[in-house]
Amino acid sequence: MSVETLLQGLVSGLLMGFVYALIAAGLSLIFGLMEIVNFAHGEFLMLAMFATFWAWALWKLDPLYSLPLTVGLLFLFGIVVYHGLIRWILGAPMLAQIFATFGLAIFLRAAAQALWGVDFRVVKNPLVDGRLAVGGLFVGLPQLTASLGALLAFGFLYWFITRTETGLALQATAQDRQAASLMGIDTQRMFALGWGIGAACVGAAGALLAMFFYIFPEVGATFALLAYVTVALGGFGNVPATLAAGVVVGVVEVLAGLLIAPAFKYAVVFALYLVVVLWRPQGLFGRF
Amino acid sequence: MTAGPLLDVRGVTKRFGGLVANNEIAFQVAAGELVGLIGPNGAGKSTLFDLLTGFQTADAGEVLLDGRTVTRLRPDEISRLGVARTFQKLKPFAQMTVLENVMVGAFQKTADLARARGEALEALERVGLADKAQAHARVLSTGQRKRLELARALATRPRLLLLDEVTGGVDLRSIPGLVALVRELNAAGTALVVIEHNMGVIMDISRRIVALHLGEVIADGPPASVGRDPRVVEAYLGQAYVR
Amino acid sequence: MGRGLRWAAAAGALALLLAFPLVVTLPFPRHVMISIFLYAMLAQAWNLLAGYCGQISLGHAVFFGTGAYTSTLLAKHVGLSPWGGMLAGVVLAVVLSQCIGYPVFRLRGHYFAIATIAVGEIIGTLMINWDWAGGSRGLFVPIKRPDSWVNFQFHESKQNYYYIALALLLLALWITRRVERSRLGYYLRAIREDQDAAASLGIPVAAYKQRAMALSAGLTGLGGSFYAQYILFIDPESVFPTTLSILICLVAVLGGVGTFWGPLVGAAILIPLGEWTRIAFGGTGRAGDLLVYGALIMLVSVVQPGGIMALAQRGRRRTG
Repeated sequence: MSVETLLQGLVSGLLMGFVYALIAAGLSLIFGLMEIVNFAHGEFLMLAMFATFWAWALWKLDPLYSLPLTVGLLFLFGIVVYHGLIRWILGAPMLAQIFATFGLAIFLRAAAQALWGVDFRVVKNPLVDGRLAVGGLFVGLPQLTASLGALLAFGFLYWFITRTETGLALQATAQDRQAASLMGIDTQRMFALGWGIGAACVGAAGALLAMFFYIFPEVGATFALLAYVTVALGGFGNVPATLAAGVVVGVVEVLAGLLIAPAFKYAVVFALYLVVVLWRPQGLFGRF
Repeated sequence: MTAGPLLDVRGVTKRFGGLVANNEIAFQVAAGELVGLIGPNGAGKSTLFDLLTGFQTADAGEVLLDGRTVTRLRPDEISRLGVARTFQKLKPFAQMTVLENVMVGAFQKTADLARARGEALEALERVGLADKAQAHARVLSTGQRKRLELARALATRPRLLLLDEVTGGVDLRSIPGLVALVRELNAAGTALVVIEHNMGVIMDISRRIVALHLGEVIADGPPASVGRDPRVVEAYLGQAYVR
Repeated sequence: MGRGLRWAAAAGALALLLAFPLVVTLPFPRHVMISIFLYAMLAQAWNLLAGYCGQISLGHAVFFGTGAYTSTLLAKHVGLSPWGGMLAGVVLAVVLSQCIGYPVFRLRGHYFAIATIAVGEIIGTLMINWDWAGGSRGLFVPIKRPDSWVNFQFHESKQNYYYIALALLLLALWITRRVERSRLGYYLRAIREDQDAAASLGIPVAAYKQRAMALSAGLTGLGGSFYAQYILFIDPESVFPTTLSILICLVAVLGGVGTFWGPLVGAAILIPLGEWTRIAFGGTGRAGDLLVYGALIMLVSVVQPGGIMALAQRGRRRTG
């Protein structure tokens, strides 16, 4: 296999990595706040992708234009999920928490199947199309846009968490719930906000992915697993670290596909998860 | 029974990153002795307990039990050698009954269900919780939970019992009962190391006191002399109080 | 209910179950009962590890698949009787479980749960790509005629399958009861409640988790072999997928995790419900029953994580 192919793979891995990072960031944020893993995260992504698709199919809105809509929609959805489901299981045993979001995942997937069928959908003729030739490498413009979009969104998230008052309140709640509430921070609001933002991240990622990815009810499953791996690599609760972790996952996925076999690329990523959590339980950059 | 101390802590050191939680800790406990372990918060007492019971591994130094090195053993291995402990943050088996909780301890010495039950009831009698045997552990008060944890540890028939806080969080009325219990256990031959913040209690029941401050042993001797040791006074109350 | 009454009720129920296929001779109801028994048994096996020991495995299907593939491959290539294959399947499932458990049990909480998903996915992928074992096309169990117990195949009627499935369920229940009333049971529950406290009382935690894992995996493998002989066709999609793992958990969670009757109660409700929604929602296919499952699980998690058994307990306590 040529160096060119390898470099090509690395580049596309890097690009996808940013998207994985954005998806994982939402997951990490939620976990950092309330120690709940959102097992329905992949389905949130799937909903975002479908929202983008329908905006295009029904109103001819290009994904780039409908992105703000999708983000807003998912933000609201996240808050609804918090108030409708999560709020009631905050103090519940871990088994109940795992199954609550799992149940939601199964429900959303089935609902999508019931509403829209199992067929693969695709957004045709997006605004951003074609390829870019850089050096000897080809980079798909939709992929590049998605990647840059994800990076931007990630940057915005980082700015929000570290530079705005609300963001700092979120961090405070994540670090010490009681102390934060003693300082006058409304924990419930922070939790709901966390879910909203977490979902919004996925919303952005979904809208971006819809530019070039097939859309179908099961699409969330693989992305979700990749997101778990990314979050575990970066350290649960460590949002900035998910950027590096996402890139690692993206690159490993591509390399595994090239060097071993395309059928095994996800298997290798999962194996990577196992290796990392066993060797360094706190992740590559985790806090504790 | 060998001559020599039951517990021999030799120069045990434990670091967490830049923080030295235990620095060259050394002391001994003879069979049947009651040693009080005191020190302000953050002195490293609970870390020491974790090191002695295998929940943490020392970075340097050795811990010997009856002449046998136990420094790198797992908690369950150390327990089976005759060391039992209670936890500062109580850890009852919440979904199990009081009796079942203690039976888990009793099972260390027997695999038979009926015998374990008998042993457990005996332990519950000793701590005065026999009437609550069928209650679920989660409905107990703090004082009762402390007794439960004690009974559970006792059911393993330890030679050395490490108590992390006897009176903490317990209502005033229950304290004398708990203290009497600790004395009884010691009288029956169990060696004890007791972490305690209530100075009145610990000075009263201990034959010896080991005082820790900032991870180091600053005093080791009979209660009377330790209580007057200027370093101890300074650690607890500050320079101004050293006479 | 007094103990005497409880025994009478259980004996009565058992008598009814034994008589069922003699009275109801239509294949579909028998199939539903067989499915209930199978899922109840799988859920009970999972319950041993997750309910009693607190280790929430979300990839248990790997043991089911191991049992199914082992007995089938041995029957195909060596001509081994499926009963022998079943035994081999159990052994292999146990061995696999110990290999998985050794690294994975070092993890706790969510890390552990996700790791079990990861292992399940890895093995599923491997099976899809393992052509000697059939790959994604799957394997057909070699058909043997006429019906015989030796060959573990009955084509004329489902009656014998019914009794075998019932026997497997009873086996799972018996094993659970034995575990409950032994030191093993107490130790497993202690590990579930507080691992550190358990260790401080002399319990070698990792070893006991492995023991629970072995029991759980072995039973699950048994179910897999049965399934292979019942359906006579297996592929990675039917015996290895994560969805199967989740369904097994669902049954136990609905009925009551960590309880003796929970898995059976859960299966008795979920399986017929699944069949009914499959029929009622005809056109949309699988989606209907999954929709109901998802909603049910959310409901159970929020309202009563202890499942139906816990609801029953609450009711009993209030009246008694």
